[in-house]
Amino acid sequence: MSGTFTKSMARNIFYGGTVFFVLLFLALSFDTMKELPKRDNRANLTESVINGKKLWEVNNCIGCHSLLGEGAYFAPELGNVYPRRGPEFIKAWIQAMPTGAPGRRQMPNFGFTDQELDDLVAFLKYSSEINTANWPPNIEG
Amino acid sequence: MQYKSQAVAKPYFIAAIALFTGQILFGLIMGLQYVVGDFLFPEIPFNVARMVHTNLLIVWLLFGFMGAAYFMIPEETETELYSPKLAIAMFWIFLVAGALTIVGYLTVPYATLAKMTGNDILATMGREFLEQPLVTKIGIVVVALAFLFNLSMTMLKGRKTSIGLVLLLGLWGLAIFFLFSFYNPHNLVLDKFFWWWVVHLWVEGVWELILGALLAFVLIKVTGVDREVIEKWLYVIITLALVSGIIGTGHHYFWIGTPEYWQWWGSIFSALEPIPFFAMTVFAFNMVNRRRRDHPNKAATLWALGTGVMAFLGAGVWGFLHTLAPVNYYTHGTQITAAHGHMAFYGAYAMVVLCIISYAMPILRGRAANSAKAQVMEMWSFWLMTVSMVFITLFLTAAGIVQVWLQRFSDTPIAFMAAQDQISLFYWMREVAGVFFLIGLLVYIASFFVKGETKAAA
Ligand code: HEM
Ligand code: HEM
Ligand SMILES: [Fe+2]
Repeated sequence: MSGTFTKSMARNIFYGGTVFFVLLFLALSFDTMKELPKRDNRANLTESVINGKKLWEVNNCIGCHSLLGEGAYFAPELGNVYPRRGPEFIKAWIQAMPTGAPGRRQMPNFGFTDQELDDLVAFLKYSSEINTANWPPNIEG
Repeated sequence: MQYKSQAVAKPYFIAAIALFTGQILFGLIMGLQYVVGDFLFPEIPFNVARMVHTNLLIVWLLFGFMGAAYFMIPEETETELYSPKLAIAMFWIFLVAGALTIVGYLTVPYATLAKMTGNDILATMGREFLEQPLVTKIGIVVVALAFLFNLSMTMLKGRKTSIGLVLLLGLWGLAIFFLFSFYNPHNLVLDKFFWWWVVHLWVEGVWELILGALLAFVLIKVTGVDREVIEKWLYVIITLALVSGIIGTGHHYFWIGTPEYWQWWGSIFSALEPIPFFAMTVFAFNMVNRRRRDHPNKAATLWALGTGVMAFLGAGVWGFLHTLAPVNYYTHGTQITAAHGHMAFYGAYAMVVLCIISYAMPILRGRAANSAKAQVMEMWSFWLMTVSMVFITLFLTAAGIVQVWLQRFSDTPIAFMAAQDQISLFYWMREVAGVFFLIGLLVYIASFFVKGETKAAA
């Protein structure tokens, strides 16, 4: 970085490069928005799923679990818990918490109603039907 | 201190260190819950501890960035801050809002907190790192706007250096991308897609501008190397950062329902992201080797060099480790991610804030540098914290490799919790390393109270 390459050249490359790649990123994002309906299972976004997502959020489930691989790593992946366990098992599990087994990781009891449990399961079913390019590698998540 | 108004930085730095301490305590709580699952249950469930840990991290880094800006901008612009009063008012608002939020997390069930704070009006809570109640999020925006107004007005009336401009650009970007935290569509894929516009475009985008500006500022001061040279480096580094990092967002779009071409875009561009971090290391060492003066603050120089190296290791090397789609297919959302997240946040952002504090705090306290005794102690804390973080990262990486093997790669994969039981030894070792980290932090704090011979600030 000697004489010929000046600070103002570096600055111009910075602004030019940034603008170019911001535009490219926006173009790719725009294309993604067009492609998503084929993959994101939006056809199944029912009232129940929407409510399930809200329950997922206001109880901060993501603070222990991951969902499609994002979140915390303290408790199992839930993006594919629906095919792994099925609806009845999931509901019974949530209601049976906490196990109180000494030394084991504990999940709180959130006191959900039956309707709320159904909504959560609907949300997890919807999540499991998103096209994730074959992730996770196997059913264990 | 060259300008009186720089003094407003001091409370920001003190708050940053206090919140940092809180962050580490909650890290240790979680680290123990990883192996003694019912520790503090039901008083502090893991998800609550995690929110406190990560939100305190973000908030103390923000305090650090703001303090840094209030300290640097008067010197860069060669004029007093537009409004020191506004800066102090914002300090208290931010501190009280932050404290109330943490108290809310710890004392009220999260669902109740959501109800109390208007989440039904606009649902934004319950997403990783963006757990803050709506009122807190709005508070953050208000504080950020007042802060940016104050700095921009200062800049308008004074000298416009490249370091100042890059810093402001980064801070404006920080505030603007935070606005995406208010967008939470029902569609999970859309939600995740734009969530990364906050998280990734922060740490691998605009925050790198802030990082570069802070490092450049300290390097000019401690080495006396020509500003032209340093600012040219700064532009090169941030060009590399944004050229690779913007499209590099694609490394989060492999498996969340987004089109599969992102596996190519994301892998290729994010594979280039280590380059700016490498350039930062070369930059820091190069400038220190070419130094024109021997600044009495040796500790600040050590933090500057350490930031370069550790940011490259944590973000560059550990980021590259899992950023190619075929690898990420197996490592996505495992302890490998946690290992990288820790070393990258510490090496890049925690360390650069500690670096500017190390440089500025003695000056704010009326001396060019701390006494030799205090500096030796600070350097001990540097090594204790940094080496502990290296070990935390190594143990989590080992845990992650075994986890991936048992749960994802094997022909006979075992369940998540069964795999966790197999790796508890690594979690214990991580916790021990965490205790050493805390000791390092306590030594760091103690170093502020060590007296000794000092020279008055120029
Ligand atoms: C005593 C030291 C520490 C311990 C024991 C500790 C422990 C933990 C634990 C258990 C988690 C949750 C992982 C999970 O979701 O399952 C976590 C998350 C996190 N911690 Fe720490 N931590 C410590 C220090 C730090 C430091 C110094 C930083 C940064 C400067 C940091 C940044 C983070 C971040 C960014 C996350 C979120 C990671 C992700 O989502 O991948 N931690 N920590
Ligand atoms: C200082 C800069 C960086 C910081 C602070 C940082 C921090 C983080 C954190 C906290 C996460 C976890 C997010 C979550 O909870 O879901 C993460 C994920 C990730 N980071 Fe970074 N990172 C940085 C730079 C990089 C770089 C340069 C690369 C690539 C070379 C990279 C590659 C990745 C990848 C691939 C993931 C996703 C992991 C997964 O699939 O689970 N990061 N980063
Ligand atoms: Fe990223």
